[in-house]
Amino acid sequence: MRDGSKVSTKANVGDNILDIIVDNDIDIDGYGACEGTLACSTCHLVFKKDDYNKLPEKPSDEELDMLDLAYGLTDTSRLGCQIILTKDMDGLEVAVPTGVADARGSAE
Amino acid sequence: MFENLQGVHSARAFVGWYNGLAENKNLSPDLSVDTVAVIGHGNVALDVARILLTPVSTLEKTDISQHALEALCHSKVRKVHVIGRRGPLQVAFTIKELREMTKLPGCRTIFDKSDFEGLDKYLKDFPRPRKRLTELMIKTALTEQSESQNKADSEWKVQFLRSPLEILPDSSGKKVSGIRLGVNRLEGNIGENQQAVPTGQTEELSCGLVLRSIGYKSAPKDGTIPFDNKKGLLLNEKGRIVGETGLYCSGWVKQGPTGVIATTMNDAFELGKLIVSDIAKSVIQPTSHQVGKKIILPLLKEKGVTTVSFADWMKIDAEEIRRGQKVGKPREKILDVQEIMDFLKS
Repeated sequence: MRDGSKVSTKANVGDNILDIIVDNDIDIDGYGACEGTLACSTCHLVFKKDDYNKLPEKPSDEELDMLDLAYGLTDTSRLGCQIILTKDMDGLEVAVPTGVADARGSAE
Repeated sequence: MFENLQGVHSARAFVGWYNGLAENKNLSPDLSVDTVAVIGHGNVALDVARILLTPVSTLEKTDISQHALEALCHSKVRKVHVIGRRGPLQVAFTIKELREMTKLPGCRTIFDKSDFEGLDKYLKDFPRPRKRLTELMIKTALTEQSESQNKADSEWKVQFLRSPLEILPDSSGKKVSGIRLGVNRLEGNIGENQQAVPTGQTEELSCGLVLRSIGYKSAPKDGTIPFDNKKGLLLNEKGRIVGETGLYCSGWVKQGPTGVIATTMNDAFELGKLIVSDIAKSVIQPTSHQVGKKIILPLLKEKGVTTVSFADWMKIDAEEIRRGQKVGKPREKILDVQEIMDFLKS
């Protein structure tokens, strides 16, 4: 989490990470503002390199478009709403990046 | 400028019209014309073009206002020009919105590849968002049109380096028939900050509808809150109104008219944190007599102001959803404020 703490939760295969965070009331300011419609970058998550490479699907153009605007974008960033859990992901740890600013707002 | 001619509207009013804002319900834009000129290169300009060019079969499943849907069913609009005074590197629209435009069914996207000459060598130095956006425009400009695109019966074109100089009337003198555009060139180092300079050349574009989408500006409500007229903002430092302890602002009126809902949402969160911090540091000291709605609601009632509570909102929401279900839409927006108030009383 943004304050450095770790939160654990249970989820089912087939859930996307946005659903998991919302359904388990995990408190992340503004997470999932567009409700998983690829219209914002507030569900931005940072994966460990190995986990990132093992994710079954590469990001679509539409996901990359929204990642463009994510604050604190890294090479192992994905949008939580696009990550569907598989059995292999049991024990997965992801980091919530600080800030959810959308770069479509930068006036400076 | 004949801005009062029929057929010239602000994009904001047009958006209000299709979104179901009561104040724009009587806009009645004339969609019996072939060509529309949208002035501006931001996401709002793309959004009005999107609504003009999206097949009705798609729109009718959304919560678009009913009168807009009906007007669009009979629309004769086949060409939309999205016109801006600078070049590809200065566009304010963003890639998601552009990509959706390029995938509009039955519609051809036109970029002139000469507008992009010599730009690709600079791309690697741009930040990722600008780089990917410019690459998408170049790719669209260079791609051979597919079979389905050639059969498209509508098209939209992004025109660069053009400033509107004059709205041209038709023979009746009452309606728009075209615009005179000044041709610009760019000055300055290649990048987002290049400035447009007129060349003196002009062109005319025939069109039957002009939508101005060149930005927003906040207006002062009255003289009591310090306002920066030049920037069109409340005079503030990081959200604290200058000279007024305990008065704060957030969103476009605080930092200017850019940013999407997620941006202003975040700004609201930041303001919340600031207020909490100011209380903790005793910058402001909420007193026990500040009891919010216990004082405000009776005061409003005394002034004869009608209020709508969250419980009322939930009733309106449920009713709009119910009406929408009957016609296969997520909701059917009620466009008339009096109708809403009558419904709440019923």
